[in-house]
Amino acid sequence: MSELTNLYQEVILDHCKRPRNFRVLESADHCADGYNPLCGDKVTLYVHLVDDRIADISFQGCGCAISTASASILTETLKGKTRAEAEALFQAFHNLVTGRPVESAQTPALGKLAVFSGVSQFPVRVKCASLAWHTLRSALEDKQTVASTE
Amino acid sequence: MATTRDVILAAGREVPAPGFDVRKIREHFPILKQKVYGKPLVYLDNAATSQKPQVVIDALVHFYTQDCANIHRGVYQLSERATQAHEGARLKLQRFLNASDTREIVYVRGATEGINLVAQTYGRQHVGAGDEILITAMEHHANIVPWQILCEEKGAHLRVAPINDRGELILEEFEKLLSDRTRLVSVAHVSNALGTINPVRQIVEMAHARNIPALIDGAQAAPHLKVDVQALGCDFYVLSGHKLFGPTGIGALYGKASLLESMPPYQGGGDMILSVTFEKTIYNHIPNKFEAGTPNIAGAIGWGAALDYLTSVGMENISSYEHALLAYAIEAIGQVPGVRLIGTAREKTGVLSFVVEGIHPHDVGTILDQEGIAVRTGHHCAQPVMARFGVPATVRASLAFYNTKQEINALAAGLERVKAMFA
Repeated sequence: MSELTNLYQEVILDHCKRPRNFRVLESADHCADGYNPLCGDKVTLYVHLVDDRIADISFQGCGCAISTASASILTETLKGKTRAEAEALFQAFHNLVTGRPVESAQTPALGKLAVFSGVSQFPVRVKCASLAWHTLRSALEDKQTVASTE
Repeated sequence: MATTRDVILAAGREVPAPGFDVRKIREHFPILKQKVYGKPLVYLDNAATSQKPQVVIDALVHFYTQDCANIHRGVYQLSERATQAHEGARLKLQRFLNASDTREIVYVRGATEGINLVAQTYGRQHVGAGDEILITAMEHHANIVPWQILCEEKGAHLRVAPINDRGELILEEFEKLLSDRTRLVSVAHVSNALGTINPVRQIVEMAHARNIPALIDGAQAAPHLKVDVQALGCDFYVLSGHKLFGPTGIGALYGKASLLESMPPYQGGGDMILSVTFEKTIYNHIPNKFEAGTPNIAGAIGWGAALDYLTSVGMENISSYEHALLAYAIEAIGQVPGVRLIGTAREKTGVLSFVVEGIHPHDVGTILDQEGIAVRTGHHCAQPVMARFGVPATVRASLAFYNTKQEINALAAGLERVKAMFA
């Protein structure tokens, strides 16, 4: 059961049951929808940028524990970060969940995101963990299409 | 030289004696002996694909080690043997479905291709602007999308008969949707996502009363029920070999000979012609008219071995065993607090589609997998069915005749584990 408890860490289960920043953001100036056709997970990300910095961020949607917790922790982590910092975190996060080495310089910045390290042992769940991040990228790039992990 | 009968007997030599003992049945399926994460494999994804008995694996090995050659044109012994085995399997299929003639059995890749074949031949020939095709709300994508493609091309309309909260077709509504513009009815014999058994005989009668032909998608029915296409009266019936304990990439379309003869070819190429010049090509007779190119010879032969095996076990034995197992499973799974079954038709096969309150199906699937339990999670290629029940996805445990009560107990215990984890 160790791989499983590593996947479903307490922090992840907590964010699944009580997602943070789970609301529509009225002040949002960037917004995007994400969809994982494999399991039907849907997420909408709302971002309010001030001078290239994420002043506020929220999400809505429905999905599995991994995708919900990922979106929730994403919003917590990125509040106050610049776009460049968000992009760098996405890269580090993606390396983490796909089992690639995360540069040691990035490790402290990952912070709470480190709880997703267990995902790398479950390849079919990588898309669950990364959906919100793909959607964030769409939102920041003002893409009109629905973000997909495919 | 080996005759077709010899090949049939060779492929079926390990077939067990009649009677049903699930422990003996399980010994015929080598894959079931393995462990996953140190736990015995509990394979409950039979509606996606079924496991293969040793006789099927042996038939494939036998073909590739002894008889491998292309069919129909070779004058040498190997080709003759391959042809006989390939056509021998068609004969087995004809008998399995109780079709009246082997000419009515067209080999295809699977049920999906069978439906596409009918859509692209009969459909393009008979459906025009403003015409209608009638399906039901419980169809999987393979019995939706081919008709949408046809309707888009022809300016025709796809009509969808509704289902009730148990997941049963509302027959009165279905009948009301049969109009003088309906050109074809296409209905699942058994729903893949819900397990509902449709009253296909009545459906066919309703359609025929208005001179409308009926296609029945039997992909989920043939592994569980005795199918008799003449008793059903349907005009077309499609099924997949891999769901019927045979290899992947082989399936069949049954069509009434008169209809198949009147239909244009599906694909052009070798084997589907009698003569070719640059000026004019004469098409072959049915069923070869619809079988362009080198077919899945090994697949057909392997499937034939599966049909022999099923016949020796007895489809009636399989049905009654599964019926009892389903009743046990509904009770066992239903007793787990927070589990809600989706699809509670009074007539159904061994499909348990369910949601666990507050826990996403994907998470349920991952945790069950760690217990060695293989279930499917997601929309089961039936997104409209999921929408009908207001869920994005379900967990689906689908049974076969090699599943046991102990495995159902393992599933119930696994669900308790899932709940404990998320408590």
